[in-house]
Amino acid sequence: MIETIRGQNLLSLNDLSKEAIIEILNEAESFVEVNERAIKKVPALKGRVVASLFFEESTRTRLSFETAAKRLSADVLSLAVASSSVKKGESLRDTIATVDALGIDAVVLRHASSGAAEQVSRYVPHVRVINAGDGQHQHPTQGLLDAFTIRQTLAERKGVDPIASGASLFEGLKVLIVGDIRHSRVARSDIAAYTSLGAEVRVAGPPTLLPQSLAEWGATFAPNFEEALRWADVVGLLRLQRERGTGSFVPTLDEYTSTYGLTQERARLLKPEALIMHPGPMNRGVEVDSKVADGPQAIIRRQVSNGVPVRMAVLYLSIAGLGGAK
Amino acid sequence: MNNILITGAMLVTANGAVEADLRVRNGVIREIGPALTPLEDEQVLQLEGQWVGPGFVDLHTHLREPGGESAETIASGARAGIVGGYTALVTMPNTEPALDTVALVSFVLAEGARTPISIAVAGAITQNREGQQLAPMAEMAALGVRIFTDDGSGVQNAGVMRRALSYSKPLGVRLAQHCEDDSLVGSGVMNEGPLAESLGLGGRSNLAEEIMVQRDIDLLRSTGGSLHLLHLSTARSIELVVNAKAEGLDVTCEVTPHHLTMDESACATYDPLFKVHPPLRSSLDVLALREALSGGHIDAVATDHAPHAPETKDRAFDEAPAGLLGLETAASLTYEALGQSACDPVLFYSVLSRGPARVAQLRASDCPVGLSAQGGALEVGEVANLTAFDPHVHWRVDASALQSRASNTPYADRAMFGRVTTVISKGELVLHAGELQ
Repeated sequence: MIETIRGQNLLSLNDLSKEAIIEILNEAESFVEVNERAIKKVPALKGRVVASLFFEESTRTRLSFETAAKRLSADVLSLAVASSSVKKGESLRDTIATVDALGIDAVVLRHASSGAAEQVSRYVPHVRVINAGDGQHQHPTQGLLDAFTIRQTLAERKGVDPIASGASLFEGLKVLIVGDIRHSRVARSDIAAYTSLGAEVRVAGPPTLLPQSLAEWGATFAPNFEEALRWADVVGLLRLQRERGTGSFVPTLDEYTSTYGLTQERARLLKPEALIMHPGPMNRGVEVDSKVADGPQAIIRRQVSNGVPVRMAVLYLSIAGLGGAK
Repeated sequence: MNNILITGAMLVTANGAVEADLRVRNGVIREIGPALTPLEDEQVLQLEGQWVGPGFVDLHTHLREPGGESAETIASGARAGIVGGYTALVTMPNTEPALDTVALVSFVLAEGARTPISIAVAGAITQNREGQQLAPMAEMAALGVRIFTDDGSGVQNAGVMRRALSYSKPLGVRLAQHCEDDSLVGSGVMNEGPLAESLGLGGRSNLAEEIMVQRDIDLLRSTGGSLHLLHLSTARSIELVVNAKAEGLDVTCEVTPHHLTMDESACATYDPLFKVHPPLRSSLDVLALREALSGGHIDAVATDHAPHAPETKDRAFDEAPAGLLGLETAASLTYEALGQSACDPVLFYSVLSRGPARVAQLRASDCPVGLSAQGGALEVGEVANLTAFDPHVHWRVDASALQSRASNTPYADRAMFGRVTTVISKGELVLHAGELQ
């Protein structure tokens, strides 16, 4: 169990303690204000070099991380490694060694293969590795920003200070995650974060998209979707990842929508105060109805904007923890 | 030819182990008895406390030639084999191109004949191992090929497998199957189960193996012929084979040293050195394989020695090729799996030598390219293919000191118990005190 990410890698939320998660969320609160200034920049990581290595297509996560690094005054080496470069024959180890030779403090790594971030952390043990999504394994900063967004929203409603609230707003919180849990790194990180903070997590979806070992993740299966919608305080929708061939796990997209899509009819089953979340990019009309996604219960845009302060917190704690000062 | 006198060792015959000396002259075992007197022109090997039995036979070696010479060659693989105690290797046909014609098989046999040990070839069942059209098995059998397999993958189409079994029956050869149903394997890269799900890695289920084991046993029942099941990895697979044998079907099977000594937990760090097909299974399956081995239900321990050049293992787990080195560690791991000090030397030589030799049908008369007798009874008059194993030695694997061209051993720095010290192949001393001669 990792008790703090200060000076450490962030590879997975599975081995992160509740205290380590709260530390990141609290640190992120302090960076929210920076993002609201006219001059959105602090010198916290001045002179530090962050390599942004995306071996898999991504726009939003990459923009979010690079924005976070720049607002901390770090220098960013941005390398979009097209999947074709792997086919050119360079091994992961060689690619990392090349970038490392330029002199870097941290790597933000996105890779289509599960475990890639952990492997890279072994190749360059002197460099901090931040996992920006590895295959179907983990997407830790997404899990953190989702937890951050829930805490921020609930704290506002209750008029309490989010930092002072610690993890108390998660105690007994009922979270329903819907869709392709089995192939989703977001689901793995979300479930790890929510359960660690004290929430109760249920999942709904067709059996072909659910893991067989759900109990070991600390979540339970909700056999009746409609009932689970009435139960939930938070509904986390997942993207049906058609590009990964997961489409063949359900007969048709229409059938998925009619059985597990958050349609307008189903959205009416929700408690009025329930929150709707989605990590994006959304398949509007498939897992979520367009009006529902833009409705008052959805906090999807908030998730996106919170990506920057949460990633600032992660980068700052991980890199400055090496011995630097704020 | 060396003239050699082995003294002080425990000679392991098919029926028991006896303390006796053994004399080799002109490549042939000449005399066995207590306290033999050295002759003037003899090299005396004092092997006190060691076991001496027939040279090991590996049913499942990937020598990678032709096409994969950056990972292994027939010559380097033979050296690795000698260090591991092997005097005969059956090399697999999943080369580039696949060993599916007389010309290719002849090339490998000719290269093999230049090594100090015996290199036998497993030919492909289907052309280019594509699982469609049968390869010319009769022509290859005429060269001495006694095993055919599409190893690397199984013959997926039941109709093709049935035809192959039927066609091969009068040839007196054995078909060997890599049992994994592709439709159930999907894009899996490790054992299916909670660990794979937590790691976000695709699973290869036990079911994928067991369904093909069951299918091929049922096919064999209808066609007759001989079937060998490669690298079985699950408790249920073994149970199916035990039942098929009891029924009288001519089915044999092998397990690998890695499936006997490692479980799926080795994959938890995403190190591709532990990626192998079929995958490392649950600890319960490992236990079942060990029990079956100790109970004498397994015909052979076979290495599935699969060299891969280092750069191919420097990739992500799901992108890296499957397979690991086996020849140089197999004997020690087999000794470990058989209970170390509780290990019965007769069973040890049975699964490493006599059993696989029987499956491979290695007989001098079979093979015009000069395979000598293998897996012998240890009798006077036999060509000397002998391996000495010292059960008292403890050692650690040094990945940089392997004879194989590749270094993809999952056992680097691991403590090992018992080690091959001496190998005599075709009457020549080729390994002495652990050093290649």
